[in-house]
Amino acid sequence: MSETLPADGLLGWSWLLIALPLAGAAVLLLGGRRTDRWGHLLGAATVATAFVLAVLCTVQLAGQDGAPADVELFTFIATGELDVTAGLLFDPLSAVFALLITGVGSLIHVYSIGYMAHDPGRRRFFAYLNLFVAAMLLLVLGNSFVALYVGWEGVGLASYLLIAFWYTRPGAATAAKKAFIMNRVGDVGLALAIFIMFAQLGTTSYAGVFGTVGTLAGGTITAIGLLLLLGACGKSGQFPLQAWLPDAMEGPTPVSALIHAATMVTAGVYLIARSAPIYDLTPTARAVVLAVGALTLLIGAIAGCAYDDIKKVLAYSTVSQIGYMFLAVGLGPAGYVAGLAHLLAHGFFKAGLFLGAGSVMHAMRDSVDMRRFGALWNKLPITFATFGLGYLALIGFPFLSGYFTKDAIIEAALDRDDVWGWVLGGVAVLGAGLTAFYMTRLMLMTFFGRARWEEGVHPHEAPPVMTAPMVVLAVGSVASGALLVSVFPLSGWLEPVFGEPAEAEHVVAPAVIGLVVTLVMLLGVLAAWLFVGRREVPVAAPVRVSPVTRAARNALYADAVNESLFMRPGQWLTRALVWVDNRGVDGAVNGLAAGLGGSSSRLGRAQTGFVRTYALGMLGGAVVVAGALLAVTSG
Amino acid sequence: MSLSYYLVFAAILFTIGAVGVLVRRNAIVVFMCVELMLNAVNLTLITFARSTGTVDGQIIALFVMVVAAAEVVVGLAIIMSIYRTRRSASIDDANLLKY
Amino acid sequence: MSDFPWLLAMIAVPAIGAAVVAALPRERALLAKQVALGVSLVVLLLAVLTTLAFDAGGPRFQLTTSVPWIPDFGSDFALGVDGIALVMVLLIGVLVPLVVAASWHEADGGPRPVRVFFAWLLLLEAMMVGVFVATDLLLFYVFFEAMLVPMYFLIGSFGGPRRQYAAVKFFVYSLVGGLVMLASVIGVYVVSAGVLGEGTFAFDTLTRLDIDPDVQRLLFLGFFIAFAIKAPLVPLHTWLPDSGAEAPVGGAVLLVGVLDKVGTFGFIRYCLPLFPDASRFYAPFVLVLAVVGILYAALLAMGQSDMKRLVSYTSISHFGFIALGIFAFTTEAGTGAVLYMVNHGLATGLLFLVVGMLIARGGSRRIADYGGVAAKAPLLAGAFLVAGLASLALPGTGSFVSEFLVLIGSFPERPVFTVLATLGIILAALYVLLMYQRTMHGPARGVLLQEDPAEPLPGAGGGGATATATLPAPQRSLRVADLGRREIAVVAPLVALILVLGVYPQPLIDLIEPAVVATLDDMGAASGGTDR
Repeated sequence: MSETLPADGLLGWSWLLIALPLAGAAVLLLGGRRTDRWGHLLGAATVATAFVLAVLCTVQLAGQDGAPADVELFTFIATGELDVTAGLLFDPLSAVFALLITGVGSLIHVYSIGYMAHDPGRRRFFAYLNLFVAAMLLLVLGNSFVALYVGWEGVGLASYLLIAFWYTRPGAATAAKKAFIMNRVGDVGLALAIFIMFAQLGTTSYAGVFGTVGTLAGGTITAIGLLLLLGACGKSGQFPLQAWLPDAMEGPTPVSALIHAATMVTAGVYLIARSAPIYDLTPTARAVVLAVGALTLLIGAIAGCAYDDIKKVLAYSTVSQIGYMFLAVGLGPAGYVAGLAHLLAHGFFKAGLFLGAGSVMHAMRDSVDMRRFGALWNKLPITFATFGLGYLALIGFPFLSGYFTKDAIIEAALDRDDVWGWVLGGVAVLGAGLTAFYMTRLMLMTFFGRARWEEGVHPHEAPPVMTAPMVVLAVGSVASGALLVSVFPLSGWLEPVFGEPAEAEHVVAPAVIGLVVTLVMLLGVLAAWLFVGRREVPVAAPVRVSPVTRAARNALYADAVNESLFMRPGQWLTRALVWVDNRGVDGAVNGLAAGLGGSSSRLGRAQTGFVRTYALGMLGGAVVVAGALLAVTSG
Repeated sequence: MSLSYYLVFAAILFTIGAVGVLVRRNAIVVFMCVELMLNAVNLTLITFARSTGTVDGQIIALFVMVVAAAEVVVGLAIIMSIYRTRRSASIDDANLLKY
Repeated sequence: MSDFPWLLAMIAVPAIGAAVVAALPRERALLAKQVALGVSLVVLLLAVLTTLAFDAGGPRFQLTTSVPWIPDFGSDFALGVDGIALVMVLLIGVLVPLVVAASWHEADGGPRPVRVFFAWLLLLEAMMVGVFVATDLLLFYVFFEAMLVPMYFLIGSFGGPRRQYAAVKFFVYSLVGGLVMLASVIGVYVVSAGVLGEGTFAFDTLTRLDIDPDVQRLLFLGFFIAFAIKAPLVPLHTWLPDSGAEAPVGGAVLLVGVLDKVGTFGFIRYCLPLFPDASRFYAPFVLVLAVVGILYAALLAMGQSDMKRLVSYTSISHFGFIALGIFAFTTEAGTGAVLYMVNHGLATGLLFLVVGMLIARGGSRRIADYGGVAAKAPLLAGAFLVAGLASLALPGTGSFVSEFLVLIGSFPERPVFTVLATLGIILAALYVLLMYQRTMHGPARGVLLQEDPAEPLPGAGGGGATATATLPAPQRSLRVADLGRREIAVVAPLVALILVLGVYPQPLIDLIEPAVVATLDDMGAASGGTDR
């Protein structure tokens, strides 16, 4: 890591990046109905301003050759050995993310003005979106793991609020809760990693931790790496915590685009890339990252092939694509840049695809069932064009963005030059084929074939306020790959963070990889055409299907496993404990009280009320006392 | 005369009184038996006072008599009022103060 | 200014206020409320001024007042605050006016006069301040027991349907603990008489006493049992759900928010410095109780169908965190634990208040009777969410800072316990969000749909909320109206405090830390003495 400079100039104001959207959220939430009329404009304006600021900051950063700037704000928590300063770190890595978040964020804010135009809760929606942008920027700009954790849970909250935006739907409410709780499982990992850092190194700031992590024992570093990975899996919807992400599609579509495709779910990749100095020291943890990435890549792609819900297919596609990114960053120094390039390109095309899906839903009266779509290409020409470009970028059509970034990952995997390199590369190529299959299936079912619309649906193109962001994102999807790989190479920009990119000896020539991947991709497209395009798509999903299809439709039974392994036993345990507490613990106490009361009333029976009984008692007592006295004095 | 005669006599008196309290039903008789016990004690006190040549025992005996007199007043009043309400002086008929 | 007896004033003002309120004629209910509110605001002002007069860098106990009380026993009426006591007094000062405002209609139309409720409330405030500022062991004990009386009457006279049962249970539990503690208090006195030649109850002198480790272990238990009942640690906790559920909302806030903190306060103020060896000896045992409590109570909270019981169980879980922080014996964890006491008071106080407002509308404590309230009452739902998020320690709320400090401070010393405790944050998310989802989200359900509003529970909905047979449709919707102005005035300060303490907790930490360091020093110094 290169020398940190004190922040001066505009960088000293980079805290405004977070403060602006946060202030927007506060105004909208506290202002109440008064802000209904202009609230959405304020929301979009704060994020757009933040984007301009991020661009200016990045320009200044480029001017000082990427030397990171540290912005100290105030003392957050300082007691004993612990000293957490609230501060920001603006370096090339966080700059990339800040640009992505504010850039895509601005577009999606603009899109939402149109998408949510008729929703009575539009102001609340923009407030939550602003809150999300603020929390996400804190996540990527914070200069310590604690700041990251604050942002980390902050985006979790925003995600919860936005998934549950239409909270009167039980499905949305449940999905929001599920997302928050599965994220919390990951958060525990992140928290424990921070505890270990503090216990072993006495600091939680990036500078402090990365500077001294080398002094730790290998096992400890591996533990930190694995715990961070658990956190990353939770946030990024990776195996085994992937099940919440598809359910999160209950939220409004712009949310799916911004949070559950372009930005928040990539936080896990950010975390691993940011913690590169830790992962560089622990091949074991890196191997686990690789395994998680490869496995999730396949799970997501397989599940994506079977769903009929357009948003869920895209969601599983996101799961799968983030698997690629994990795979890349798990490769270590060779893969960081490739992973991040894919992340950025994915931010463009997946956001564009989701916005396109939103436009389709808009036209189809909020239906998400692809079996009731079809033949929309001439009804929604702009949507079709932008969606189509996003589709081509995603499946890796030559010279669009996905082609460059995905190939880079496969190259990096093969460059390991061992058996695992071939396995991972093979998985990645297989994933590319599956991606082509499910995305082509989606395209065919949505835009081509016969119109299978429900009664009374009259598709119409979305207003310009919605299509404009889609066009911008489509341009980004087409161009970002080439830009990031050759025109403004990301590897050069990130050099201050990850060091000089090593000139690897390519095991397989990049051209060959490109050719193979393209061929596999074309095979996937062909298969989809054979299965879906040639035949009539039934309006109802066929019931009698192969076990493979059934498994895929159930997302390889992830929910079933979670339910039978955690939820049911948990409910059972809870009920049992309530019983134990009421009957056992409290019962013991009440039993003691009842026992005391009972014995006292039983003893009370001795009070017969007959004077002579008492007299006898007195006499007996006197005799005993006298006897005792005699025994003592004489004995 | 030996000290023990007086003491044995007092013991016999006390025993008669105690047995009377335990076995008789009539409240008046029980009451008299209580007096008997008190006087047995008085006798003992005076005996020892005499034998030791001090007046302490006699003084206490006087106290006992005063207290006994006061007790008789209160006790008889209670017995009277019970007799008036219940037409009986048997102590087995009055067990209102049970549990 | 520092000569003014701030602490005495903070006990005297509410006590006198209680007498004045109690003496008002029965029909002047409004005046009683206004006087109570005025008095509690004066106490808040006094608490703030006290904080300003307190010098965080100064000696440990400040603003001391001491007059001979029972000279024969060597006991003084000695008051003084360190940082720990000061933040608790501040918490009392903040909570009581809000509780008074929140309970404005609590006793209206009930069988007992309104003034009685507010008189007990003020007397409770006086006793609670006393218990935190006493620096004489006997005086502490007296306040400790005296505190029960107003709370007993608040629960027993103004509570829910099973108030008698709950009040007696509360009283008996506390009294048993108190008596065991009295034995230990006397024991400490006797030991001090043996060592110094003359017995004393003065806290400062007692901390410097070298007590034989075996004796310490016995005396520690007396204090510990009393505090473990009060704070409740599992398995001595079962009185709290009953009391918390049956108490009037205001009483429940003070019960869980402040009164129970006397237990954890006692751990750190009395158990640790007086019995350092015993504290270390019993620490693993206490930590087991704490961690079991965190997980066990959180699971139980999930299984509750009654909102107030649920909140009570969450508190038991949180007390586990506080106990963990105290018995980890590190500055960070100790500071975090004390901060936790404050933040928990605010967060759970808010949660109880909001739940109370919901119950006042729906007339039922059962979660199943609600659903989709957010659509009808967005402000109520928002306040509920903030309180819930504070309860699950989301960053940005004060609770996060304290929970984080407790865990990060305990980890280096007690990694296994800390890891288990950290799992509690998943359960916390579960119980909070389950309750939130079931009451606020989803389609309108339960009381929102009822044609005939069910008879409100006596006391729960304020005795005045009489339900007439069938209300016409427009009035029906009024039953779940959003927060009114008075309720906003109650909720807003708490929400603001929770958020401010979540972003900038350092001023409080600066107050607390010296006292925690002094406590841990006392432990170290005293144990060094016995080793010699």
